[in-house]
Amino acid sequence: MMDSIAGLQLGFANALTLGNLGWALLGCFLGTAIGVLPGIGPALTIALLLPITFKVEATGAFILFCGVFYGAMYGGSTTSILLNTPGESGSIITALEGAKMARNGRAGPALATAAIGSFVAGTIGTLGISFLGPVVVNLALKLGPAEYFSLMLLCFVTVSAVLGGSALRGLTSLFFGLLLGLVGIDLQTGQPRMTLGVPELLDGVNVVLVAVALFAVGETLYMAWRHTNAAPQVRQVGSIMMSRQDWRRSIGPWFRGSLLGFPFGVMPAGGTEMPTMLSYYAERKLVKPEHAKEFGTTGAIEGVAGPEAANNAAAAGILVPMLTLGLPTSATAAIMLSAFQSYGINPGPLLFEQQGALVWTLIASLYIANIMLVVLNLPLVGLWARILKIPQPQLYAGILVFATIGTYGISNSVTDLVLLYVIGIIGMFMRRFDFPTAPVVIGMILGPMAEQAMRQALTISEGDWTTFLTRPVSLAILLLALVALVGPRLYGRFAGAR
Amino acid sequence: MTRPGTGPDLAVGAFVLLLGALALWQTSVIPASPIYAQVGPKAVPYVVSAGLFALGAGLVASALRGGWSHTLDGVREAPPTNWRSLGLLLAGLAANLVLIGPLGFSIAASAQFVLVAAAFGSRRLLRDLVLALVLTLLVWFLFVELLGVNIGAGVLEGLVLRALGQEVI
Repeated sequence: MMDSIAGLQLGFANALTLGNLGWALLGCFLGTAIGVLPGIGPALTIALLLPITFKVEATGAFILFCGVFYGAMYGGSTTSILLNTPGESGSIITALEGAKMARNGRAGPALATAAIGSFVAGTIGTLGISFLGPVVVNLALKLGPAEYFSLMLLCFVTVSAVLGGSALRGLTSLFFGLLLGLVGIDLQTGQPRMTLGVPELLDGVNVVLVAVALFAVGETLYMAWRHTNAAPQVRQVGSIMMSRQDWRRSIGPWFRGSLLGFPFGVMPAGGTEMPTMLSYYAERKLVKPEHAKEFGTTGAIEGVAGPEAANNAAAAGILVPMLTLGLPTSATAAIMLSAFQSYGINPGPLLFEQQGALVWTLIASLYIANIMLVVLNLPLVGLWARILKIPQPQLYAGILVFATIGTYGISNSVTDLVLLYVIGIIGMFMRRFDFPTAPVVIGMILGPMAEQAMRQALTISEGDWTTFLTRPVSLAILLLALVALVGPRLYGRFAGAR
Repeated sequence: MTRPGTGPDLAVGAFVLLLGALALWQTSVIPASPIYAQVGPKAVPYVVSAGLFALGAGLVASALRGGWSHTLDGVREAPPTNWRSLGLLLAGLAANLVLIGPLGFSIAASAQFVLVAAAFGSRRLLRDLVLALVLTLLVWFLFVELLGVNIGAGVLEGLVLRALGQEVI
């Protein structure tokens, strides 16, 4: 508790310098813009911005990245409401009621309740990070490599097998990522692995390349595959003023959504689908009878306020395992983790000790970014809506320009571009056959870390593989992973048999 | 076997099986490590390859039982394959690949831009070309000057740099 307050004091002192405020503003602006644009998200943007880590010191770069991360959440709701095409899984639910409100000329209040709800959730989520972070760190400091390895296995299971349509496809995505992570020279023994004899692959496959391939090239290819000339319809924003009744109906859902969303983000089960869905059903149940008929017909404001808050709070929660344990549970967090690595910083329990100033400045700038975002989003919502009018041909052509420079810039190698297109085509088919893409990126980043933890654990135990089962905490985590893997199936079979 | 939607899903399963086989072969050729280690460089690759192989087998089994993709909303409601769009887009990627070495980023990426825009139905080629040249040069300067990305100046970047009186990198 005291740690947190002292830390925040230090953090705010650092974050409120002109330079850092500038990074936060730039990040928020960029994040909102890319959140609004359909087809690109924060993971891709941060991947393209990674070269900045060579030029800018760590604090500035991470303030920028977190601004992008938070900003994309705000921007995503705009697309869902005005275009009825949710950009990411967390805003699917927002589109349900939000698009209906927009069709009935109530886009303005829907956008306003989403923005203010995001602010409430972001603030609660950031408070959660500030005070929960040090607690998790204290627990995490007691974990050895064996426990870490088990924790990573749990993380693998939850991001691939629990979320999404099918455990089989999720795990396939994960293993594809693990395979990509293996390519290159084994750091411990110096042996080349999975390189197919191609010298360019000795350095491994770059995570930027994979993120760009899956999120930009694959997405664009898929859109071309299914291209029709029907132009999507952008709804008018109108007045964003919320009536007194809108406020009254929104406040409860904002807080309920936030409190529901944050724990889901913190758990290694990451992901924003589950809390947004739960929040939607909760609000549907709790709504006053006189407004109940608005759900699914004219659009109920509760159905925007709750899920949008849950989405943002869960997204903030994802930063807790990322910063305290070094475990990324979303594609964006995985890219941020690789940014830490490129500074030679290993996120994990020691981060708070060794890089205290960095962490607390980062957390303080999350509060600041939240305020900036609500200011940027409410009065400027018309500007963001205009971004949606960028015609599709030039939008996708432009995305590929950035994809090219982001990849070619890594090492000026045409081999990289070939790899980009090959993985992009795989990404297109993944989209077609409903394979999730986030586990690929997470597996690629987390795989090598898990291998290292496993080797450390086995070195300590002198090669005794039972170390993962005889250490109680490790065993408990592994059992949890097993339950997460087979639990839903057993339950399904049991429920089906009745 | 001949139910609708089984074929494509079967191909996906086969692809994953093939990937697993490729990984197994690549694992088997990892040289034995001269350095002593409790866990050698082969252990994890074997696990990952075997896992991919098993998952591929699972996908094949799932495809043989009728497949999964024909139940997806995205597939059921999808418009037919747009070969023209896909072809133009792939042509754009190929143009970029071929041109970026000899002519540099801006020209290659501009060729790509025009073809990609055409793939998505743009009919104003000249306007797209002008837009592309401006955008790619802007992006080049942004990434090279601000982000410090190391991309050598191509033909067009060289011309612009000389016009600005700067030295060509």
